[in-house]
Amino acid sequence: MTQFDFIEMKIPAKPAYVGVVRLTISGIASRMGFSYEAIEDLKIALSEAVTNVVTHAYEKEDRGEVRIGFGVYADKIEMMVADQGESFNFEDVKNRIGPMNQINEMKPVTQMREGGFGLYLINALMDKVEINNEYGVVVLMTKFLDETGVEVDDKVQTTN
Amino acid sequence: MNLNIDIKDEGKKSIVQLSGEIDVYTAPALRDKLIPLTEKAGHKIKIDLENISYLDSTGLGVFINAYKSSKQHNSIIEIIHVKDRVLRLFQVTGLHEIMNVVPK
Repeated sequence: MTQFDFIEMKIPAKPAYVGVVRLTISGIASRMGFSYEAIEDLKIALSEAVTNVVTHAYEKEDRGEVRIGFGVYADKIEMMVADQGESFNFEDVKNRIGPMNQINEMKPVTQMREGGFGLYLINALMDKVEINNEYGVVVLMTKFLDETGVEVDDKVQTTN
Repeated sequence: MNLNIDIKDEGKKSIVQLSGEIDVYTAPALRDKLIPLTEKAGHKIKIDLENISYLDSTGLGVFINAYKSSKQHNSIIEIIHVKDRVLRLFQVTGLHEIMNVVPK
């Protein structure tokens, strides 16, 4: 298994805390060496995913919590957002997750629903987006440090 | 992580100066101030995004609503001083083709 560090945070599903999550990803991504542009993309994608949970929480009586996990690898970051308060088994959820197929189709502006852009933006800004609906909704977003989004092989050792 | 909304009214024109972040937390206040401006027929509204450091789909949603309202009430909205980063969001979503978005 690839070595990675895991950071987890839990926030109340309230609009006021979405900015706190942005500050967190900004700090982690900057430590990892992501470019300014990539950090902005990460902030938006993560905000969108957390905002989705917060917005849906409005409709429920018990607003609950949002759990956010960061998998920090040498070459990429994985961000996981879950609308259930329970701690995730990161590897377990990853094994049961599938690619996201339902990208919101662009509609004429007159039919456009406010907030209908969230998933569309996540998909446009991240290298990989996966979704799992088994226990609540879990969104897993991946962005590579290398802008091409291709995993770089270890350099081949050469002998003189 | 806040949004400052400063509105200057000059007759048939309003300039809305925004600074800070537009997200799910700050968007409702923006919506509440912007929509009434769009409901005056013939009114021209300039929304200045020069000092916006963060914008996501929630903010785009507010602008879409304001745009729809302006079409309904015959007012005009122009979004000005749009920096590259923010412009990119309008472009990715195709909104720059529908709305009057002026890059910085």
